[in-house]
Amino acid sequence: MITLENVTKVYQTKSGPITAMDDVNLQIKEGEIFGIIGYSGAGKSTLIRTLNGLERPTAGTIHVAGRNITNISGKALRQVRQEIGMIFQHFNLLWSRTVLENITFPLEIAGVPRRNRVQRAKELIKLVGLEGRENAYPSQLSGGQKQRVGIARALANQPKVLLCDEATSALDPETTDSILDLLAKINREFGLTIVIITHEMHVIRKICHRVAVMEEGKIVESGPVMEVFKNPKKEITRRFIGQAMINPDPKPGLDHLIEKYSSGIIVKCIFTGEVAEEPVIANMLRAVPVSVNILQGNISQTQDGSYGTLIVHLDGEEETIKEAIDYLQHHHVGVEVVKNV
Amino acid sequence: MFEILFPNLDLVKAWMKTKETLYMTGVSLIFVFIFGLIIGLLLFLTSEENTRHIRHFRWFVKGVHWALASFVNIFRSIPFVLLIVLLLPVTKSIVGSMIGKEAAIPALVIGTAPFYARMVEIGLREIDKGVIEAAKAMGAGLGTLIFKVLIPEASPAIVSGLTVTAIALVGSTAIAGIIGAGGLGDFAYLDGFLQNKNDVTLFATLVILLIVFIIQFIGDKITKTIDKR
Repeated sequence: MITLENVTKVYQTKSGPITAMDDVNLQIKEGEIFGIIGYSGAGKSTLIRTLNGLERPTAGTIHVAGRNITNISGKALRQVRQEIGMIFQHFNLLWSRTVLENITFPLEIAGVPRRNRVQRAKELIKLVGLEGRENAYPSQLSGGQKQRVGIARALANQPKVLLCDEATSALDPETTDSILDLLAKINREFGLTIVIITHEMHVIRKICHRVAVMEEGKIVESGPVMEVFKNPKKEITRRFIGQAMINPDPKPGLDHLIEKYSSGIIVKCIFTGEVAEEPVIANMLRAVPVSVNILQGNISQTQDGSYGTLIVHLDGEEETIKEAIDYLQHHHVGVEVVKNV
Repeated sequence: MFEILFPNLDLVKAWMKTKETLYMTGVSLIFVFIFGLIIGLLLFLTSEENTRHIRHFRWFVKGVHWALASFVNIFRSIPFVLLIVLLLPVTKSIVGSMIGKEAAIPALVIGTAPFYARMVEIGLREIDKGVIEAAKAMGAGLGTLIFKVLIPEASPAIVSGLTVTAIALVGSTAIAGIIGAGGLGDFAYLDGFLQNKNDVTLFATLVILLIVFIIQFIGDKITKTIDKR
């Protein structure tokens, strides 16, 4: 659906050239939710903006929905843009128009007759759950409602791709989840391809099928979300995954606990997919005569299943401890030694 | 009571002069609105930050911007009394006369439109860049952008700017009156001041104040109704 080949974007500034995208290659399949994560300044905003021609690449080619959009302009570009919906961090609604009028705006641009515009807008209002608010102005809506209008507006022309530019970054966690649920629902029901850029791993974990991690204009790691969670290769990815777990910073308390042990070993067990839902630890205790003390644990849901971590203290004979670790690994639990006392 | 306060006042003449002032202000305001809006839009659209992405004929766009900005700055800086005198030949070729209420209009428009253009430009610059970008991302062309995004989104600034401009215009018509354009300024000066009839001057001033208050009141009302932010 979307292909980027060797795309580079260099900005000329007074203090010299800045490379926002450095030889980026990317393939996004039809019907998937693709997440791009990175800190601010990583180039992800530039990347998403090249997908509808708001930015022009310095080098490389970009195909969207079977069309080469790298260098088109004028009418052809405007036509392509009607097939690509976009939602924004700050919603970017027209305050001078009501909810209904905001949603009919892209239809006006596309030259849809008035009667059909209103009908389509009403369908979309229902889809995003804003019935009864048709005639409200954006200033009368909450952030979550504004983003729902943004989504309805982006979907008005039945686009082939929906671009989400930090679409939940200005929302509180609860509203973020409701917006993400709505996006997932749209993806399921219409098979719409969605590209999301974000700095929140939570967003990736919750609805994305595949993810790319960006750093300094490059894609440093990409793959199915589950794979990346299970087996992060880069330090930056690990940091993002840490952020996605329920306790953002459990370290201090944990260190304090770890200090107390004078024997045995402390390991971090990583459960993914079905393993996360099985009583692996209990089974291990029946099989191996080792003592287990659970120090910390959590579990979170991704699009492909559960992902959990458990930090435990194993104590006993050196042989038994080794046996216990073998048992876990044999049952597809990732084991990382935190501290060997 | 009225006759005690204003013993020398000719009410029929005062009403005629008021109508002249309203006529000059009203007609000039229409032209100022049209030219000011166009110049303001052009200033905004040709500004550096809105033309960065242009690949061809960028020098031409920059030239247009420079010419407009110079025009606006020059005509905004010339004191209005001098502008009327300087524009006499232009006035004569457009209106056919150098005296009378019509004769004041070209100078009023040229002197005030640049002022209003700047206000329009400032109003346009205050539009959230994200909204303009969103419209572009939807495939909006220049026409759609101007008439469905820029003007509606800047409408409170466009109207409140017009209010301020209208009030400035009332003041300018009074000055134009002294040069021979008629209206309340002419009334206050010729019939009042020069003939030592202070009550006439005072009355003309009061009427001008009343006009200003009414304009401000109407302007505020409209701004408030259209501003949905």
